[in-house]
Amino acid sequence: MKTVGKEEEKRAGITFDPEILNLLKNFGEIELEDVEIELGDLEFWFQPGAVAAPPRVLAPPKVKPTTILEAPFTFPIATYPGQIAEVKLGATKGKGGTRGKSIVIGGEKSPAFYTFENPTPHPPVISFDVFDVKVPLAKAVKMHVKDVLEDPAAWAKLSVDKFGADMITLHLVSIDPLNPTPSTPKEAAKTVENVLQAVDVPLIIGGCGDPKKDLEVFERVTEVAEGERLLISTVTLDMDIERAAKAIKEHGHVALAFTPMDLNQARQLNRRLFEFIPKDQIVMDTTTAALGYGLDYAYTIMERARLAGLMGDPELQQPMSSGTTNAWAAREAWQEMAPEWGPRELRGPIWETVTALTLLLAGVDLFMMMHPAAVKTLKDVIEGLTGKGRGEPKKIANWITSRI
Amino acid sequence: MTEREVKRGGVRELSPIDVYMLLPKTNCKECGEENCMAFATKVVNREVVIMQCPPLLKKEYEKAYKQLSEMLKPAIMEVTIDTGDRAVNVGGKLVMYRHEFTYFNPTAIAIDVTDEMSDDELLGRLKKTEGFKYGYIGQELKLNMIAVRSTSDDVEKFKFAVKKVVENTSLPLILCSFSPTVLESGLVAASKRRPLIYAATKDNWKDMAELALMYDCPLAVFAPNDLNLLRSLVKTLKEYGVKDLVLDPGTFPNEGLTDTINNFTMIRRAACKRDDELLGYPLIGTPIVAWAESEGAPEVSAWNEAYIASMLITRYADILIMHSTEGWALLPNVILRQNIYTDPRKPVAVEPGIRTFGKPDEKSPVMMTTNFALTYYTVASDIESAGLNSYLLVVDSEGIAVDSAVAGRKLTAEKVAEAIKESKIEEKVKHKKLIIPGKAARLSGEIEELSGWEVMVGPRDSSGIPKFLQEKWK
Repeated sequence: MKTVGKEEEKRAGITFDPEILNLLKNFGEIELEDVEIELGDLEFWFQPGAVAAPPRVLAPPKVKPTTILEAPFTFPIATYPGQIAEVKLGATKGKGGTRGKSIVIGGEKSPAFYTFENPTPHPPVISFDVFDVKVPLAKAVKMHVKDVLEDPAAWAKLSVDKFGADMITLHLVSIDPLNPTPSTPKEAAKTVENVLQAVDVPLIIGGCGDPKKDLEVFERVTEVAEGERLLISTVTLDMDIERAAKAIKEHGHVALAFTPMDLNQARQLNRRLFEFIPKDQIVMDTTTAALGYGLDYAYTIMERARLAGLMGDPELQQPMSSGTTNAWAAREAWQEMAPEWGPRELRGPIWETVTALTLLLAGVDLFMMMHPAAVKTLKDVIEGLTGKGRGEPKKIANWITSRI
Repeated sequence: MTEREVKRGGVRELSPIDVYMLLPKTNCKECGEENCMAFATKVVNREVVIMQCPPLLKKEYEKAYKQLSEMLKPAIMEVTIDTGDRAVNVGGKLVMYRHEFTYFNPTAIAIDVTDEMSDDELLGRLKKTEGFKYGYIGQELKLNMIAVRSTSDDVEKFKFAVKKVVENTSLPLILCSFSPTVLESGLVAASKRRPLIYAATKDNWKDMAELALMYDCPLAVFAPNDLNLLRSLVKTLKEYGVKDLVLDPGTFPNEGLTDTINNFTMIRRAACKRDDELLGYPLIGTPIVAWAESEGAPEVSAWNEAYIASMLITRYADILIMHSTEGWALLPNVILRQNIYTDPRKPVAVEPGIRTFGKPDEKSPVMMTTNFALTYYTVASDIESAGLNSYLLVVDSEGIAVDSAVAGRKLTAEKVAEAIKESKIEEKVKHKKLIIPGKAARLSGEIEELSGWEVMVGPRDSSGIPKFLQEKWK
């Protein structure tokens, strides 16, 4: 492997930001020459000893076909008794909020991107993470947002204007009771208002993970942002579900139901929420683990949830969200490694990308992400999977002879 | 649609009794199991193969053996490339979704070389491919094959290049050319290696079929974005007598991704769910096409290739041909492959309890982690490589990593307090200080309350343990 020294890593970092974004955008297409394959009459002859494996004895001898035998392909179409709920995030001015547009997710009638069967009703969307206090970030992420780390409103604006965020996730980490001076529900609500004013995309509001404090904050935030159709992240089984659900319902928001990689718990939480909130106001998150750190579990739980929902399980028919940023918990994403593993400025974002793509194929509708290049790639792929483009045989017909 | 004579038992429906009924039922223990029923259970779980029952191989059980083979036949044929110790098996899948059973034969990743590369470049790429190793939860992740492409379309050049590859690597080969004459020159040079022939097309299928039969090699079928043609070619080649096939419906980057993913998915569904034998073969993907489509920095081509590869690992590819040898592009893919091909029936967890490192004494530190295998191995290797004498308390988090386990209440203060008690660590050390992972900081107060131990919040990543102990452990 080529050794990448400090200097090169630095260079790779500079190359990567922001040039690779342009590079990822600007494919030039090389027209492959349409080479005719010469097929002469073939004569087969053996030199004794040249061929090791003896010709296979065919029994019984068959009449070898001389032309292609037609065996048409039948599309293996299935129908499903169930459908995933459609959930609208963000409310526009006419609809009680102040957002520039609403985003609808879900509505699937087939497994993810089985477009031979049904079109993807709404392309999955991506929300950028913004934190309300300084948090430890991987170097590869930090370099893109270093100027706005202490200003969530500016951070949100940068993510929308420069990186094309469909949505913003505002993580209210500062409310954590473990902090020396945790911010109050009132202070947190103020931050939410600031971000609402800075950008006009739909918002996700994240708590700190403490079920009591989160609920206090959510009650305040849902009230001050009345009608905005925020996605409240997250409602958990150990929370006072009734109180949380009522606040969300009363003020016109959406619940993000989080469970730890357990379909029964996912069902249980949805069941509880259904007592208070209609289906079109619930999104579910069954937990995302990083590539190499349990992604297989996360993938399979999501795939099973989606298939079960389509097969008619009413408790698993909610659109799915993924905290894809968890990919950065993998050491391979952020750590410096031996030179043969390349600069972490590339390793980190490809880690987030592969984690996201794997879950995209399991059926995730909403991704919470961090790195601009990972987001750009995911958007391109979603476009490729939902667009009208076709696989042009001509373009790859001669891949064998292409000189790379 | 199906051309199968005997209905194959679906994985889920197949019961040990079905297998047991066809076994000799003598409980001879020659297979190493206690009795035939135990053997049958393992057969159904795909933990042993029927060949491991010696009596079954005798003439008198020939019929039962055949019936069992048919019953246990995977939806996707298993194809062997190369021979002996070098051989790699591809396909052999029983199910479409991994949760339905488990996936066998992880996607084989091939790196390409061409017949126009300089000696240095060619040998360098072989060396890089063979030398690629990554240690991950007690396994060594590797690359698997070499694809030799004839970019010259020249018989002599290809023969020479294949000869050089054969002499310098023991990795199984894929020989790539659409020209049968060029391809044959490679087959002559790679005798004894049973390479995969790539590929038969609508134009050359007859000559390629002859080559596959004459040299007894598996044959790939290339029908880009034309499943009617692909299926027809399979039928034709099968009639021709070629048994081992690998299917390539084409890998299209960018706007062609939708067709790529649809084709791979439809083929796998037809084979697994509709019993379509003509499509029940391993699939080959070629993320290498990303290099022809993008110009500019090689990082961008490698990036595109890497993410296409990852999607095809998830969506059913059994072989991938790639060009980049960059660690950052390959690492996520070999790890994803490992993840997707783990047995979902078995949790990736280690036994909870106390572990000792080095020669700890009554003053040595006591640290804590979860029983998720990867977490445990990572922490253990960090402690070992720093040569620290210490105890590590492995708490049962149901095989979940620290942060997810804390969030999902799989790792709680109660569990930690209980683990301290059960481990009898209090008899081994004279202090009552527990170092917990930084990602479990939230639990510190409660652990102190419930266990009576003083909690020290350690680093967020175990690589920080040596430094932490040096500074904080007095």
